[in-house]
Amino acid sequence: MPKLNDVKKVLVIGSGPIIIGQAAEFDYAGTQACRALKEEGLEVVLVNSNPATIMTDVNIADRVYVEPMDVEFLEKVIKQERPDSLLATLGGQIGLNLAMDLGEKGILSEYKVKLLGTQIAAIKCGEDRECFKETMKRINQPVPESTIVETVRAACGFGKQIGYPLIVRPAYTLGGTGGGIADNEDELVEIVHKGLGYSPISQCLIERSIAGWKEIEFEVIRDAADNCITVCSMENMDPVGVHTGDSIVVAPAQTLNDREVQLLRQASIDIVRELGVCGGCNVQLALDPYSENYYVIEVNPRVSRSSALASKATGYPIAKVTSKIAVGYNLDEIENAVTKKTKACFEPSIDYIVLKFPRWPFDKFVTADRTLGTQMKATGEVMAIERTFEASLLKAVRSLEIGLSHLEIPELRNLSDEEIKERIKLIDDERAFVIAEALRRGVSIDYIYDITMIDKWYLVKIRNIINMEKALKTQELTRELLLKAKQMGFADNVIGAFTGKTMMEIRNLRKGYGIIPTYKMVDTCAAEFEAATPYYYSTYATEDEVDVSDRKKVVVLGSGPIRIGQGVEFDYCSVHSVWALEEMGYETVIINNNPETVSTDFDISDRLYFEPLTVEDVLNVIDKEQPEGVIVQFGGQTAINLAGPLSEAGVKVLGSSVDSIDRAEDRERFDELLTSCDIPRPKGHTVFDAAGALKAAADVSYPVMVRPSYVLGGRAMEIVYNDEELKHYMSSAVKASKEHPVLVDHYLLGTEVEVDAICDGTAVLLPGIMEHVERAGVHSGDSIAVYPPRTLSESVIKTIIKFTNKMAIGLEVKGMTNIQYIVCDDHVYVIEVNPRSSRTVPFLSKVTGVPMVNVATKAAMGLSLKEQGYKPGLRLFPDYYAVKAPVFSFNKMSNVDITLGPEMKSTGEVMAVDYKYSRALYKACIAAGINVPHEGSILITVVDMDKPEAADIAKGFEDLGYEIIATGGTAEYIKKQGVHVRRAVKLSEGKPNILDDIKEGHISMVINTTNHGRDAERDGFKIRRSTVEYAIACLTSLDTASELQHVMSAMRRRRIVSVVALQDLNLED
Amino acid sequence: MHEIARKGELILKDGSVYEGNFYGSHNAVGEVVFTTGMSGYQEMLTDPSFCGQIVVMTYPLVGNYGINPMFNQGRKSFFGGYVIGEMCDYPSNWRSEKSLGQFLKEQDVPVLTGVDTRAITRKIRNYGVLKGIIVPEETPQEEIDALMATPDVHDQIAQVTISEKYTLGEGKYHVAVLDLGIKQSILNYLQSFDCWLTVFPAYTSAEEILSVRPDGIFLSNGPGDPKDVPEVIENIKKMLGKKPIFGICMGHQLLALANGADTYKMKFGHRGINQPVKVLRNGKIVISSQNHGYAVDEKSLRGKNIEITHISMNDGTIEGLAYGDHLTFAVQYHPEACPGPGGHEALFQRFIEMMGGHKHAKA
Repeated sequence: MPKLNDVKKVLVIGSGPIIIGQAAEFDYAGTQACRALKEEGLEVVLVNSNPATIMTDVNIADRVYVEPMDVEFLEKVIKQERPDSLLATLGGQIGLNLAMDLGEKGILSEYKVKLLGTQIAAIKCGEDRECFKETMKRINQPVPESTIVETVRAACGFGKQIGYPLIVRPAYTLGGTGGGIADNEDELVEIVHKGLGYSPISQCLIERSIAGWKEIEFEVIRDAADNCITVCSMENMDPVGVHTGDSIVVAPAQTLNDREVQLLRQASIDIVRELGVCGGCNVQLALDPYSENYYVIEVNPRVSRSSALASKATGYPIAKVTSKIAVGYNLDEIENAVTKKTKACFEPSIDYIVLKFPRWPFDKFVTADRTLGTQMKATGEVMAIERTFEASLLKAVRSLEIGLSHLEIPELRNLSDEEIKERIKLIDDERAFVIAEALRRGVSIDYIYDITMIDKWYLVKIRNIINMEKALKTQELTRELLLKAKQMGFADNVIGAFTGKTMMEIRNLRKGYGIIPTYKMVDTCAAEFEAATPYYYSTYATEDEVDVSDRKKVVVLGSGPIRIGQGVEFDYCSVHSVWALEEMGYETVIINNNPETVSTDFDISDRLYFEPLTVEDVLNVIDKEQPEGVIVQFGGQTAINLAGPLSEAGVKVLGSSVDSIDRAEDRERFDELLTSCDIPRPKGHTVFDAAGALKAAADVSYPVMVRPSYVLGGRAMEIVYNDEELKHYMSSAVKASKEHPVLVDHYLLGTEVEVDAICDGTAVLLPGIMEHVERAGVHSGDSIAVYPPRTLSESVIKTIIKFTNKMAIGLEVKGMTNIQYIVCDDHVYVIEVNPRSSRTVPFLSKVTGVPMVNVATKAAMGLSLKEQGYKPGLRLFPDYYAVKAPVFSFNKMSNVDITLGPEMKSTGEVMAVDYKYSRALYKACIAAGINVPHEGSILITVVDMDKPEAADIAKGFEDLGYEIIATGGTAEYIKKQGVHVRRAVKLSEGKPNILDDIKEGHISMVINTTNHGRDAERDGFKIRRSTVEYAIACLTSLDTASELQHVMSAMRRRRIVSVVALQDLNLED
Repeated sequence: MHEIARKGELILKDGSVYEGNFYGSHNAVGEVVFTTGMSGYQEMLTDPSFCGQIVVMTYPLVGNYGINPMFNQGRKSFFGGYVIGEMCDYPSNWRSEKSLGQFLKEQDVPVLTGVDTRAITRKIRNYGVLKGIIVPEETPQEEIDALMATPDVHDQIAQVTISEKYTLGEGKYHVAVLDLGIKQSILNYLQSFDCWLTVFPAYTSAEEILSVRPDGIFLSNGPGDPKDVPEVIENIKKMLGKKPIFGICMGHQLLALANGADTYKMKFGHRGINQPVKVLRNGKIVISSQNHGYAVDEKSLRGKNIEITHISMNDGTIEGLAYGDHLTFAVQYHPEACPGPGGHEALFQRFIEMMGGHKHAKA
């Protein structure tokens, strides 16, 4: 069937901010979808609150609305734009839920918006457990015995009936939020209670646990003519019980015979047909390892994390094909974009093995519960492609950037054999490493299998790795052994470590032997047809397929897996850098390993190498491609960390030099620069022990900011107010030594200001200045940022411009730099300079209209700002406000303190724009999912020093009609200030107490601050956690609370919300 | 199998050499073809249609789930040789009874492992199927030349067919099956559709086949060039119009030849389990298992009462024909799956309807 001819203007719903369970994959899918629709000549209207995405670029959709993902705002967009149709299956669960809401509220019919692709009935049937079960029954597809409950009692009844273990899944939640496995009635009661709270319809599914079965997924695509294909099968190495987002996943399935593959493939197709899905669909199944019994676990009738993985694993662009199907094409009418010769109606065949490894945030959330179960905890993932399982696994491990080059965690060496055998029982992020350690100690495969139920095929492969380690340790490193080790995926530095050599020695030895990687193409068809896609992976085979061109070319390093502190923003930057280089006539090469991203889509760069971002892997590509140089400033810390070693190896780092980077990162050298430029910074010292720290603190005076010098991203950073806290910090939080000094700086309580500037070496362009709502001390990534600044005086702004100029030129920045300032009593201090792109670049680019990465890339390549037509200095401020607010995933992370501090905790961000500041902030809060109550009670419990400020805020909220509740000291204080306050019962004062109030819904918001002796503050911790569990707003910075109070006050007077397309902002050109 | 391999190599007619580890008691000579199926190695290994060929697996990990007799498609493996990336010594699957290595040894199939199979595939894709040999390293050139000069075989069907007719199963419809190298799965499918079978050797005369008074005749898959068996074509000619006929793969090609159409050798054929086929009668796409190196020439159908019912979506070649003059139809692909996707029951159903006395049943 040809394209639907009544479709002219399509509304696409994005997935909003990055949260655990919903990450960059939807930027990839959404961008691909928008481009596919535009290719058809359709007008595309996009709504997505996440500014850090490519899809919200003004050139991706015709009308871009960075607005809250909320029915009210969507209706406004629909009213304003009058699209004739809606594509909702590319925006993750958020997109689907919104489409269903719009349908149910009659908005789609009112505005005559036609839902494209998969229809609401099918979406509902995939989501609604009861409907799903009935559908499966109708087509004889087995589902585990289950029941839907709306009460805890009903759950217990079911438990009595069929026994334990049982799995609890709350309905309509992301990534299984609030679910879990219950082994007995007590656990069931707890999990169901929570689960009902999480589910927007207060429903939980309880079902028989099939933990330990093989978990298999199929990505299926169906068109309106009922043609149906599967893109690929995927097998979770971790059996059923661990969320697939937290599982190591391989493609294709490895341990299933053809009969089993076909059984599950056919089941998947039958299900998708019965549901009537139009487009992509993910089907998850569980297969008994000892029979052909299987169960259907779930169906996602939309593109998903798995579909992104399947797309990158096979080269088959699921989102693109889904979009084409949505506008009326059938599979046999859609071109296979990879071969350009065949059609999209085929099933990819691959001739390599793909492995996905999740990236967890436990390095940031050290207190978090690391066990893995039905609740997804990973923030991102890496993918590796190789021709053996072992090599795929090892490539993935070194792509993770968790400080490991090999399947070995050194700390595990300290455990006894017994401890290791015991540790295997723990299902956590380190399980694969523990298994490797156990095999290293000679623990049998059978023993490990009996505990983990991980198929022995995988365990044997891991043992092969261990055997190779032994061979390297004991045998002479002949050419043959070295080649075998390389074919098994061992990194040069790992081989070096086992043979007493350095990475470079191994590298040279290897090259001397002629052992160099060959690059093979990902072509969807196992080489059956010639393919046009420049998508490659390395393997130690005989034939290399890359024909290196003689064009001038540049390598752009990507940013690896999404993690806290390094999100999708950097992928945005990498992609724009590639586009800028293309404009300049360069051939572009991307190296990256994140399957969720736009940068790893096959038609972004001239060549894509899906490789780990390590010195070895990058150098291999550079050896092959012989580029003019490599751009590191857009790939986050990942790429920056490679700059030094690459430069040492003779690679030209384009843009700011390695020396510039070092001068900004090395404290002493940075101090020299500041002194020479006469720029102040908070006074501070480097110390090596507790005594030194106390002395330093006395000198700079409290409060002080303390952090180890050797970690980045605010880890183990704290604000300390007195000697006692400092001693505690020095003894528990860090291990200070000569090699690992600790920095003690005076903490300035001021306004934090952030600047992203572009320098061509002599002139500096400041597209904008951002001011943070929260005072310094809250990590910049967790602060609400406002552009343009509201409170800075003209002289302060002038100083900031002057300092930025001096530092950018002093550091000889060529390209982007990010500078953070503190403004205190109209004095400007610099805190940090990073001569690279930052996470605010996409935001600032969007709200200033300056294509910052484009300009910076060109500057890095030697084009001056003037030549590019940009006037140096600060751009004029616009007549609107843009607010960027952080988004957290605390509901996915139990036992993590939600208090904001110097350590970054947010997983994503949203943006809102309005001509009035208060409205912009209001929209940002809504977009960020802050559950702003319009009435009810606000609980205030703050530390002593915050009480005066808290009283003002309490007064403000009281005036707005909220009831104020406070704990003892706080209550007393604010009462004295004339605020009516109800005293809350502390946890220690018996029951019912605050926690019960929260549980029972008597409290609609909490304002809580804490002193910094974390453990001492269990009550506060419990209160804060319970706000997460019961989904009420909890503000841990008084700055946020105060701003919110002002906003509520403004909105109370006149609640106007409006939507504006980025294309309509009055941007200066 | 933990036998120590020798170094060995696959040498192609054009002189290209691919090194690997050689297991096996003898050298291999044959036409080198590749297959892209990611699962189903045992079904392929025992599919008689591969008789005499050196088969390259594009998927690099082979043998992962071991071997189970239930997956056998023929009485033995007729492979000339086997070329794979990595052979799994420790298979893991509840149905696994032995490793692939053991099976290959029992079947006496020469194997080359540790090979860059993608490189060979690209070579064949670009140049077409080539003759090749698998020999130990340092085989003298004259021996290589001699092997390479071995005349091409033309008697594969004779090698794979049965020597005596036999009957199989019980059911409502009696099907005469011409075994040109039939896959077990076809026998199973026919029986599952309420058929009982009399299975004949390939060279059985039309008279003898018709003498059992079958309700329908089935022409099976089989190896090699259909033009190598003119006597079988003659027999088929004699049966046309006498009974409903259904053919698969070789059966399809022979039917075309018997009806005066022509076949030709393809550049590198279709071998895999992901092949899209368009059903022209309803415009639907089905994904099929395929294994053929010859195809029916579309031009040769001109002016004949033969309808093209299926085409390959990849290259437009003929995948199915229906004969307007008789209750006769055939497909080039493998609706019996094994390996590969099912979902093609309608074809068997059509055959049943033809045999069921539906006077108006259309081919």
